[in-house]
Amino acid sequence: MSSPGSDKSMQTIILYLQVHQPRRLQPVNFFDLGNEPHYFNDTLNESIVRRVSECCYLPANKLLLQLVKAHPQIRIAFSLSGVVIEQLEEYAPEVIDSVRELAATGSVEFLAETYYHSLASLINGDEFEIQVLQHAGKIYETFGIRPQVFRNTELIYHDDIGKRVAMMGFNGIFTEGHEKLLGQRSPHQLYCHPEHQQLRILLRNYRLSDDIAFRFMEGGTRLDVRRYLDWLHAMPAAEKVITLAMDYETFGEHHKANTGIFAFLEELLTSLSQSGRFRMALPSQATALPYEPLPLSCPSYVSWGDLERDLSAWLGNDMQKDAFNSIMKLESEIKHLNNSRLLKYWRYLQTSDHFYYMSVKTDSDGSVHSYFSPFPSSYEAFINYMNVVTHLTLKVNEEKNRPVRNENNLSPAEVERQTVKATTPVWVMNLESLPHGNVPEDNHS
Amino acid sequence: MFGWEFPPHISGGLGTACLGLTRSLSAHKVKVLFVVPKLYGDETEKDARLINASAIRITPRKRLPNKSHGVSQPIVARAVGSEAKESRHAMSYLEIPAGLSPYESPRAGVRHEHSLSSWNYSFHARADVTHSSNATEETPPAAEPDTPSDHYDFTGTYGDNLLEEVKRYGTVGGIVAGKYSFDVIHAHDWMTFLAGIEAKRRTKKPLVVHVHSTEFDRAGEHINPEMFEIEKTGLHEADRVIAVSNWTKEILVSRYGVPAERVNVIHNGIGPKEEAGEFAFPDFASHFVTFLGRVTYQKGPRFFVDAAQKVLQEFPDAHFIVAGAGDLLPQMIERVAQLNMSSNFHFTGFLRGSQVDQIWSLTDVYVMPSVSEPFGIAPLEAIQSGVPVILSNQSGVAEVMPHAIKVDFWDVKALAGAICSVLRYESLSHVLRQNSKQHVQLLTWDKAACNVKALYHELAGKR
Repeated sequence: MSSPGSDKSMQTIILYLQVHQPRRLQPVNFFDLGNEPHYFNDTLNESIVRRVSECCYLPANKLLLQLVKAHPQIRIAFSLSGVVIEQLEEYAPEVIDSVRELAATGSVEFLAETYYHSLASLINGDEFEIQVLQHAGKIYETFGIRPQVFRNTELIYHDDIGKRVAMMGFNGIFTEGHEKLLGQRSPHQLYCHPEHQQLRILLRNYRLSDDIAFRFMEGGTRLDVRRYLDWLHAMPAAEKVITLAMDYETFGEHHKANTGIFAFLEELLTSLSQSGRFRMALPSQATALPYEPLPLSCPSYVSWGDLERDLSAWLGNDMQKDAFNSIMKLESEIKHLNNSRLLKYWRYLQTSDHFYYMSVKTDSDGSVHSYFSPFPSSYEAFINYMNVVTHLTLKVNEEKNRPVRNENNLSPAEVERQTVKATTPVWVMNLESLPHGNVPEDNHS
Repeated sequence: MFGWEFPPHISGGLGTACLGLTRSLSAHKVKVLFVVPKLYGDETEKDARLINASAIRITPRKRLPNKSHGVSQPIVARAVGSEAKESRHAMSYLEIPAGLSPYESPRAGVRHEHSLSSWNYSFHARADVTHSSNATEETPPAAEPDTPSDHYDFTGTYGDNLLEEVKRYGTVGGIVAGKYSFDVIHAHDWMTFLAGIEAKRRTKKPLVVHVHSTEFDRAGEHINPEMFEIEKTGLHEADRVIAVSNWTKEILVSRYGVPAERVNVIHNGIGPKEEAGEFAFPDFASHFVTFLGRVTYQKGPRFFVDAAQKVLQEFPDAHFIVAGAGDLLPQMIERVAQLNMSSNFHFTGFLRGSQVDQIWSLTDVYVMPSVSEPFGIAPLEAIQSGVPVILSNQSGVAEVMPHAIKVDFWDVKALAGAICSVLRYESLSHVLRQNSKQHVQLLTWDKAACNVKALYHELAGKR
C-alpha cells in the first residue's frame, strides 16, 4: 500500500461508516418483575437487523467490494460496535462474511470503540478501557485487523477522554469538527491532543457528512453527485484532511435504494478515487500524515448529537441522568459477582441508545430521537428501562446473598483478575506490534 | 336511578358505589330501576332491573310527518335537536366542545399523554371514543352510519364526546321516565343530572341528586364551566342532595350555594373483600410505600413524591410504588428523576384485575395525600387487605376511619413523619392494621341504604 502522505499537494479524504444496532429492550412492566423477564426484545432486534441487512448492509457491502476491487485507491473505514457484530453473527451471518471480504482487500480498516456503544467514557475507573479492549479483541477475532484509531460513542470527546485513549495506545481519535470546539479554526487540519501529541485528532466535517446523511433527499430532489463534488473542489488547497462520516444505514435504510443513494455512493467513490486532487486514506494512514499537528484542547464535552453537540441527547434531562446513575452505581457490586451473564446484561444496558430514547426534546432533533425509538414516548422508555434495572438489581442482590459465590470458590479478587484476563487481548497493550508504532512518550506523568 | 357506569364495565369508583347501594336497597325491599348509557350484556345484576339507554327508542311523535318508519339518520338528528331545544333553558346554551374529558385536566397539554395512556393499557378515557368530537346537531354521531336507527348509541365512557352524550342521556332520561312507574328519581353525579331533571319534569316525581365528586375535586380551581353549570342546575333542581361526605357537603354549600339543610351526608360503604390469591412477587425491598389512584392534581401525587424524598433520608432502602395513570404522570416521573430517586420508585401504570391485590400484598403503608377527595374507597380496600393507611384530612373517608393517620395534604413534613413512624414502629403499624380492619366492617352499604331509604320515604311521603 503506497503511503498517502508522500504527496503533500493532495488533499486527504477519510470516509468512515458507522454500524450499530442496540439490543433494544423488551416491554417489562412492574408486575413482570416476579416472572424472570427476558430483558431484550430478541424478536424485534432480529427483525430490525435482518431488515437493515437486506436493505443496507448486504447491498452496500456488495457495492463497496466491487468498487474497491475496481478502484484500489478507495479507502473506507468501518466502525462496528461489538453489539452489532454479535447480532449480525446471530441473525445475519452473511453480513459478517461480506465484511470479511472487504477487510481482505486491504482497502478497509476498522475503528476501535466501546464494545457496547456505551457512555462508559464518562465515568471514572476502568470500565471504559475494559469495553474498548473487549471491542478491539472482537474486531481482531472477527476480521483479523487491529484497530489503531478510536471513535468514541456518538463522537463524544473531551481532553480527558483523549488522554485515556492515548494511554491505551491508539494513534488517533475522531470527533465532531464543530465550531463549538474549533472556534475559527478549520476542521480540515491534523490536530493532536495538547498533552499527548501522538494522539491525532481527526475532525468530522458535519456539513458535508450531513449533506448525505440527512439532506440527501432534501426538498424532494436527490443530491447530485457533481454538485457534491463541486463543494469538495471549492475547498481551498490548504484544507488538508477532510473527514466524511455517517451511519452506514444512510445507504439503503434511512434513504432507501429507490432514492438513488447507492448510485450516489458509487459515483462519489469512483470520482474520488480517480481525482488528481483528492486522495482517500484510511484513518491510520491519516494519523501518519507528515504534517505538523496542531494541539487542540477540548475542556468541555462535544459530540455529534443534536444541535447542541454536547451530551444532552443522552444525558440532558433528569430521567436520563438518573437512569444512567442507576445503572452505573451497580458497577462495583456486579463486578464482584462471578456471573458473566449479569455482567454482560449490565453492559448491554449501558448502550447509549437506551438513554437517547428518553430524550424529551421537541424540536427537529426530537423527531430524530423518536424516529429511532421503539417506544411511544420518552416516559415509557424510561419506565421500561428502570424496570429492567430494578430486576437486574434484584438479581445482583440475590447473587450476593448466595452462600457460594461461584463454582470454583474463588475470591472476588481472583474472579476479577480472571475476568480481566479473559476480556483483555494482551496484544492491544503491546504497542510495538502496531504498524505505525507510535509508541507514546511518557510525557504525561 | 340514573347512573353512568355499572360493574363490570367501570372506570372509577362510581360504578362500584352504584352497585353497592343498589344491592343493599334491594335487600331493604326498595325496587330499583337502574338506567345506564350502555349495557354490555354481561352485567349479572339480579337485584335491580337494568335499563340500557342505548336501546331506548326515541319517541316517534318527534318524527317529521313525511318520513316512513325506517328513520334515516338525519331525521333522528333533527329529532334530537328539537328535543334538546324543548328541554330546560339550562341546556339551551350548552355547546359541544371538542376534546373534553372531566377525569383528566382539560389543560393537560403534555406531549406524550396519549401514548402514556396507552402504555397504561386500560385507562380508556380517550382511547375508547368512537365518535368524532366536532359533532353538531345536524350530524349527530349517534348511530352506525348504515343502520337506520331510532336510538342513541352511547359509549358510556368519559371520552371526548362526554358532554354531547350527557345531553343525549338527558333526552333519553325523559323518555325512560315516561315508560316506567316509580316514586323517586335518583341521579348519580353530574353526567346523569340532566336525565334526572328531564325525568322529574316529565313525571313530577321528587329528584335526589347524589354527589360522588364535584368539578372542584376533579379540576381544582380550573373548572370546566359547562360541567359546573350542569352540576349547579342539578343541585338546584333537586328536591334533596346526597353528599358522600361532610367534606363534599361543605363544597356544595360554599361553592354551589346549596342550602345546607337540603344536603344529607350519607357515607359510602364497602362490601366484604373477596379472598385474594397468593402472589409470587420478589419482595426486593424492606419497605414499600404505595400511592394508588389516578395520577392527577386531585390525588396529590406531588406531595407523595416530596414526602418520599424525606423518607429516603431515614430509610434509604425504602421503595415507592406509584400505581395508576393520569395527566400528571410525566411530571411525577421527571420530578422523581430530578431528585435522583428513580431506582427507588416504580411506576406501574393503570392496574388491572388482580394487580391491585398484588400491590396491596407488597405494601407496608398506603398513602392517600388527596387535595380534595369526596370519599376515597381505595384506603378502605387497602385496610381490608391488611395495609395501614395515611390519609389527608381533605378526604371524606377520613371522617369515617378513625384508625388511620391523618395529615393535611400540603404538610409534606408531617406526611413523611407519618410514613417513617409506620415503617419504624411495628407496634404502630400493627395496631393500625388491626383496628382499621375491624372498623372497616362497620362501614357497610347496608347502613348507607337505610339512610337512603329513609330519605326516599320522606320525599315520597311529601307528595
